[in-house]
Amino acid sequence: MTMTEEKKIPALELSGLEKSFGSTKIIRGVDLAIPTGERHAVIGPNGAGKSTLFHLISGHYQPSAGSIHLRGQDITGMAPEQINRRGLSRSFQITNIFPQLSVWENVRCATLWAMGYRYTFWRNIERLADARARTEEILTQINLIDRWNMPAGMLAYADQRALEIGLAIASEAEILLLDEPMAGMSHAESQHMVELIRKVSEKRTLLMIEHDMGVVFDLADRISVLVYGELVASDTPERIKANAAVQQAYLGTEVA
Amino acid sequence: MLEILFISTINGVTYGMLLFLMASGLTVIFSMMGVLNLAHASFYMLGAFFGFEISRRLGFWPGLLLAPLIVAGIGMLVERYGLRTVHKHGHVAELLFTFGLTFVIQKLVEMVWGKLPVDYRVPASLDFPAFTIFATDYPAFKVFGLFASIAIFLALMLVIKRTRIGLIVQAALTHPDMVGMLGHNVDRVFMLVFGVGVALAAVAGVIAGPALVTQSNMAGLLGPILFVVVVVGGLGSLGGAFIASLLIGLVQTFAVAFNVSLADVFGPIAESSGLGVYFDDLWSVTVAQVAPILPYLLLVLILIFRPRGLMGNRES
Amino acid sequence: MSTSNTPGQIALPSGAETGFVRRYGIWIAAAIVLAALPYVFSSGLAVSTMCVMGTMIIFALSYNMLLGQTGLLSFGHAVFFGLGGFLTAQLIIAFAGGEQPLPLMLFPLFGGVTGLIFGIIFGAVATRRAGTAFAMITLGISELVSSTALILRKFFGGEEGIMFDRTEVFQLFGLSFGPQIQVYYLIAGWCLVSVIAMYALTCTPFGRICNAVRDNPQRVGFIGYNTTMVRFIAFSLSGLFAGIAGGLAAINFEIMNSAQMGAHESGAVILMTYIGGVGNFAGPIIGAVFVTFLQLTLSDLSDVWELYFGLIFICVVMYAPNGIAGLLMLQRPLLQRGQLLRVAPYYLMALVPALVGIAGLSMVIEMTHQLSIAASEGAEMTMLGFTFNADAVLPWMVAAVLLALGAWLFLRAARVAQDAYGAALVQGSMK
Repeated sequence: MTMTEEKKIPALELSGLEKSFGSTKIIRGVDLAIPTGERHAVIGPNGAGKSTLFHLISGHYQPSAGSIHLRGQDITGMAPEQINRRGLSRSFQITNIFPQLSVWENVRCATLWAMGYRYTFWRNIERLADARARTEEILTQINLIDRWNMPAGMLAYADQRALEIGLAIASEAEILLLDEPMAGMSHAESQHMVELIRKVSEKRTLLMIEHDMGVVFDLADRISVLVYGELVASDTPERIKANAAVQQAYLGTEVA
Repeated sequence: MLEILFISTINGVTYGMLLFLMASGLTVIFSMMGVLNLAHASFYMLGAFFGFEISRRLGFWPGLLLAPLIVAGIGMLVERYGLRTVHKHGHVAELLFTFGLTFVIQKLVEMVWGKLPVDYRVPASLDFPAFTIFATDYPAFKVFGLFASIAIFLALMLVIKRTRIGLIVQAALTHPDMVGMLGHNVDRVFMLVFGVGVALAAVAGVIAGPALVTQSNMAGLLGPILFVVVVVGGLGSLGGAFIASLLIGLVQTFAVAFNVSLADVFGPIAESSGLGVYFDDLWSVTVAQVAPILPYLLLVLILIFRPRGLMGNRES
Repeated sequence: MSTSNTPGQIALPSGAETGFVRRYGIWIAAAIVLAALPYVFSSGLAVSTMCVMGTMIIFALSYNMLLGQTGLLSFGHAVFFGLGGFLTAQLIIAFAGGEQPLPLMLFPLFGGVTGLIFGIIFGAVATRRAGTAFAMITLGISELVSSTALILRKFFGGEEGIMFDRTEVFQLFGLSFGPQIQVYYLIAGWCLVSVIAMYALTCTPFGRICNAVRDNPQRVGFIGYNTTMVRFIAFSLSGLFAGIAGGLAAINFEIMNSAQMGAHESGAVILMTYIGGVGNFAGPIIGAVFVTFLQLTLSDLSDVWELYFGLIFICVVMYAPNGIAGLLMLQRPLLQRGQLLRVAPYYLMALVPALVGIAGLSMVIEMTHQLSIAASEGAEMTMLGFTFNADAVLPWMVAAVLLALGAWLFLRAARVAQDAYGAALVQGSMK
């Protein structure tokens, strides 16, 4: 395959994706192709199924129908770790860290597999200079370096959200899924986080769920709107603003 | 042959229903409170011993009524002052608490009644053959046991499905927080459910006591089988517990009845030497000797081929 | 975690650069202490007890690899202990005569290999589920193994077990390991090696991922690790060390019985580990020493000492879920701020009514015991130097008063001590 052909394969492709819980259909057939290097935001009213979509892509849920391709490879039905190892990493909307481990240990554990360490029980972890360097780098980026020794469960909520993102970026995965990364942060903290996300996603593909429209329009190359499990629109920010169906879904919400 | 089949089937079903009486209480407690009561078989034992003491003084029938009530009271106290304190420390702590309780109850029973079996007798009113089949007398007490188990269970189903408190319990089974917010005292519901759950085990004890042996190791013998039943049936599934109880009851009863060994079937093998010596034992072991471990074999098989149990859907 | 200063003023965890003494000092000190102990406690009873403690330390630490480090509650850990012990015993019997150059020191290794192999076999089944289901599976496997042992009479010796003579194998440097003191050094050596190995495991990538699995098993998949595989490896390795402990126990007692594989022994290791403290590496060591010591002393004082054990265990589960080690660790911030001496009197103040209450409770227990099982011996009994009749009213009233008063005063004193603790923490940090 030539370089140009490789580049044309979307980083992530969802085809006819459906998910039902019992008789309730949450995702009703989603088709979406995200090219490599794009920053893509998913927005929509509460209960639209945005987090469910992320759970499907990352392997947490199995789709009821349809397929998911990661850089051309079919990952439908794979376990989360298999998907992660193929270069997709995610953060969670509800903070999902390791509470008894220190902040340092949280991040370090997230770096290990990508650095090539498997179920290694014969090497002292303190001697792994590359893991140490990467951990230090990430903690500095998310501004938690001074609290490296604190048990993660004792961090303030906003710091836990920052750690959540730290866990997602630790493995240097090519495709990053961030689920409401800014939830619970103050304006200043959000600003810092937006810059961090922008920087980290420079050479990567980013898929982000966000409610803050300011952030969405600032960061995203394209926006998809999910309503009741269906994509009602998927386009550049300007055209999304003008889209009638989107305005109807966000009844009364003024889009800046 | 037909005789053994018939008797074994009735025995198996009776044993299975007794197991189900206990497993149902255990399953309901697990479904509602998320904790597997490792001490459940201990309450069964307490039921048997209290039944024994009461039957010595007042007779079997008062024992059948009072022993479960006393055990229910103890159960409610355990829930209120024990489980509730431990709940905030997590699932592992809850399991370990009930585990410690098993140990303590056994030692208390040993301390008061000793390690030898006690003479818990079948009441005179039921001490006659219910029917005679193929020249064997089938004791009425066992038939009573079967019908009593079924009757109690049906009564419980009726209460749950037709009364107001039953409705609240059903709701609290899946949505305790919501029920709390609707103004019901969920704590009290938990206490009640735990009390009734262990009372069911106690009833099983009162019935099983005279028929089987009433001894301080009863809980240790029946406990593991009980847990196999709930895991095989699927943790949290009453229907699964029912099927698994009957299955294990029948399997164990039939295994004891058909007392054959591989040697009986295939003939003795020549004397082995070397390592083979250790496995000679296996060749001549009879099915009856193996009967106690059949439930555990079933457990391992189920876990290899169908990990969520027969009808389970809860991932713990 | 130790710290060193990097340029930039934030003290980060030190890597591998710390000095020799810092890293290895504690193990050298431990080796010296182990070597010196028989000279401090030189009675025959003391040396035997320390031998038992040594095996139990390895056993409890191996159990904590599952519970404290990976979050796996197993009710069947003794199967690896027992199977390791039995294989060691049978091999000693097989190699009696000493023709093969296999000295006794190597035999615990065979126990370990046995534990590892069965850890792999049983782990492949057990780790398919987690949480409560996993606990039930381990219970089932434990029963399966115990029952099978009674069937395979030749290997497991049926109900009496098997006996052997440890001096009959090849004797290296003329060491027969007949005398108990020699066995002590054998156990102490293996104990040190095992403890170091298990500690080293906690410092590996695998060890830390185990901790991650304990904290949040669901998240682990999303950082690239298969949770089941992590649990499987942890289970197998813990079987290895349990097998070593079993081999040493076999050598120590020169007898192996299938009861040592069963639910009772599995329960004992849970008690030991949890009372010592699951959240700390040293916890199981403390627990093993403490519980073995209690077993020895309590069994002399009372026939129903196991009941006391169960009650202690329940109290720990309810009120001190991090065990003895946890309680000690709580004092650490006090020590760091120099506040311990201020709070200590409050602890003592709470201790007195606690002892009174315990005295009352044991009176009730012992009197009940006297009236029921020991009834054939009459109602007269002696406690703490006092002689009285268990069927008289007065002792019961005294017991009730002691219990009620002690409990009530203890609860109040405990609350005061807790407040003092909190105040001391705040006080210290304001300096």
